[in-house]
Amino acid sequence: MALDRVIRRNQPRFGAERSGVLQQARLGGPMPWVIAIMVALTVMAAAAGLALSNLARNASAEIAGGVTVQIVEAAPAERDRQAEVAVALLRNRDDVSEVRRVPDSELEQLIEPWLGEEAGPAGEAIPIPAMIDARLRGAVTAERLGALRAALTASAPSAKVDAQAGWLAPVFHAISSLQWLAVGLIVLLGATSAAAVWLAARSALGSNRDTIEIVHLLGGTDGQIARIFQRSIAVDAFVGGIVGLLLGLIAILLLGRQFAALGSGMVAGGGLGVPDWIAIGAIPVAGVAIAMLTARITVLAALRRIL
Amino acid sequence: MAAVAEFDSVGLRYGTGAEVLRDLDFRLRTGAFYFLTGPSGAGKTSLLKLLYLAQRPTRGRIKLFGEELSEAARETLPPYRRRIGVVFQDFRLIRHLSAFDNVALPLRVAGAKDEDVEGPVREMLAWVGLADRASARPPTLSGGEQQRVAIARAVINRPELLVADEPTGNVDADMALKLLRLFEALNRLGTTVVVATHDVHLLKKVPDSLIMRLDKGRLSDPTGALRYPPRRQAQFGEARG
Repeated sequence: MALDRVIRRNQPRFGAERSGVLQQARLGGPMPWVIAIMVALTVMAAAAGLALSNLARNASAEIAGGVTVQIVEAAPAERDRQAEVAVALLRNRDDVSEVRRVPDSELEQLIEPWLGEEAGPAGEAIPIPAMIDARLRGAVTAERLGALRAALTASAPSAKVDAQAGWLAPVFHAISSLQWLAVGLIVLLGATSAAAVWLAARSALGSNRDTIEIVHLLGGTDGQIARIFQRSIAVDAFVGGIVGLLLGLIAILLLGRQFAALGSGMVAGGGLGVPDWIAIGAIPVAGVAIAMLTARITVLAALRRIL
Repeated sequence: MAAVAEFDSVGLRYGTGAEVLRDLDFRLRTGAFYFLTGPSGAGKTSLLKLLYLAQRPTRGRIKLFGEELSEAARETLPPYRRRIGVVFQDFRLIRHLSAFDNVALPLRVAGAKDEDVEGPVREMLAWVGLADRASARPPTLSGGEQQRVAIARAVINRPELLVADEPTGNVDADMALKLLRLFEALNRLGTTVVVATHDVHLLKKVPDSLIMRLDKGRLSDPTGALRYPPRRQAQFGEARG
């Protein structure tokens, strides 16, 4: 028998009333379940944070260097002429890697949900600007945008030039806020888990006070006694961590399916990669580490109060 | 002669109360057998607590095994505690462990392997007459049986200093004698034994023992003058100063 059997593992801290099969005692008590819930929530928060991070990165990469040129001209012929001039000018520039005039049919599809079928370029019920999608080599800076604008308006006076990143800046800010929210949640959940373990360890210390005193008087060191608690809480945290991970993964997969069904290009960029899954898989390990560290600190602090 | 313990002007008080031990000056000779007597409330248990390092003195100095320990850092104390066997007045057995595991505890605390525990513990339990109660837990044992388990636990690792607080209080006369013989046997192997008791009949059972008497926190008779039957002072424990 190892020394750790000396301290009862199934005391109120883990909820069991009497000794016996340790697994039953653990699963019957609240601590593994508390840890399971914390880990499940942390897994979900982490998955959300990572997905948002991926989404932001992919969207940024997609629109990096992206420039939208609109020819805002009511007369269709003049609009077409200026659009052709603008496309030609852009194609001749060395700093432009891609140029594409958005076809009228595509524009009609874009505005059809709001303005109806007859509103598009073909019907001309409402004049719609001609759209040119261009991609610059390298990042779009204010200077480069200004130079491009000057060059275009010289030949196509109705041209309006915007960086695509500028349009999506509020979206990126919102995503960034959500990422920080996820980080905050993870920190809070970690702290709550540590607090739960702290309470459990104190309760266990209280219920094992006599035993601890005896082991102490027989020459047991603080480290020996702390290790007993650490080992015990590690098993509980491991069991809770695995259950929590499974619960969290089920939630992620269900939510993932829901979002995938949206079919949005931007949402599709929020998928999780192998490194993300590895990070999520490490959460129960971190949970066990936090639990063990908390138990050790709590027990050592309590032991220091006796000679 | 070498001393296993040396007390120098030691005093002890709990909280802000009056001193329960005052001006203790004495040495415990290595390999000697001491009885500590005195009426209830005289401070016997407090003195024993100082000896087994459960309490620090509020004044004075205590040396154990040649080391000044009254102000030693607490982290340094466990190795000294492992050299001391203690029989507590209230046994202080661990209720959820079997008699076997209770007796094995000091060996396990000291890091003994399981294969080095089994034999000595079985032998010790047989010695105290509990071979057939090895798997019983303390709540199912009688008071006398619990006391014997407590004694077996205290002596299992052949301590250099054995401290026993009323160790025969709950056993019949025959068992009390048998336990004293066990203490004597340990004593012959070099263990210094200190037995606190107010049973004066016990004192004559160990012919070569020395007597210390506590009264109102003072060691009024460190030379063993009250020993029964009286012997010459020079043969008894050495008073300091």
